[in-house]
Amino acid sequence: MKSLLFLALLGSAFPALADRLPMPANAPASFTTECSSCHIAYQPALLKAADWRKLMAGLSDHFGSDATVDQKTGQEIGAFLERHAGNASRLGNAGNPPRITQTSRFIRKHDEIPAKYWRDPRVKSAANCEACHPDAARGSYSEHDISIRELRE
Amino acid sequence: MKAIPAVALLLASLASHAETPQQIRQMYVAEATSQQAGFTPAAKRGDAFFRQRFAINDKMPACTSCHTDNPLNAGEHAVTGKTIKPLAVAANPNRLSDPAKVEKWFGRNCKEVVGRACTPAEKADFVTFLSEVR
Repeated sequence: MKSLLFLALLGSAFPALADRLPMPANAPASFTTECSSCHIAYQPALLKAADWRKLMAGLSDHFGSDATVDQKTGQEIGAFLERHAGNASRLGNAGNPPRITQTSRFIRKHDEIPAKYWRDPRVKSAANCEACHPDAARGSYSEHDISIRELRE
Repeated sequence: MKAIPAVALLLASLASHAETPQQIRQMYVAEATSQQAGFTPAAKRGDAFFRQRFAINDKMPACTSCHTDNPLNAGEHAVTGKTIKPLAVAANPNRLSDPAKVEKWFGRNCKEVVGRACTPAEKADFVTFLSEVR
């Protein structure tokens, strides 16, 4: 009986785990302040190390914005991102410049979202994780928490 | 004469404690005065600059594109939708307390929205506006 209960618990725990991307506890302060001023500080696991390297090398034109940081800060943030980067084979190709929203993981997770929601003024941009995942900054991307009610199923 | 603003900037950057909006304004006023004798900052000019449409950037033609028409209000990033805390010191006491941060955002936003670096006089007017607006 005990093992059955354990199995049931295990089964219920796993789907939730898949939608949690906790921020590594040792995130440097520079990462938090620099990377969360225009968007949430995306969790390092959302891109592979080679893509973070590419992204950090192109901050002077960061999706149309100048996001340059001084050299020391850049090294600190880059090292943190690469150390905790996501699994390259699961993420797939993120394009150039690398976009989290182009990784096959992101696409697969969002393939049931009708196109009109991406254009919804409440969403504005696919980079705006918090429009649908209110706790995205804290690493929770659970389907149960989607703030746009029509999409919660 | 060039040495005065340089020294002021150096002192500001070396200081580990938080600056006041008045100190940051004084830093830009000193720099502006060295280029233009008798310069006095004006909140009114800062206000006009805040509302000016530069139309260099489609998504962000003016400061107000992200910061709304009222600096006492929270804004929203025009591209990502992220909430931006109010610019006005009266609404957000953390504003204008860190000279490096102020310089960083003038650097980025002037380039992106105004299409060039802002002058010390424009910066002095702007910080005067933000520290006085109620």
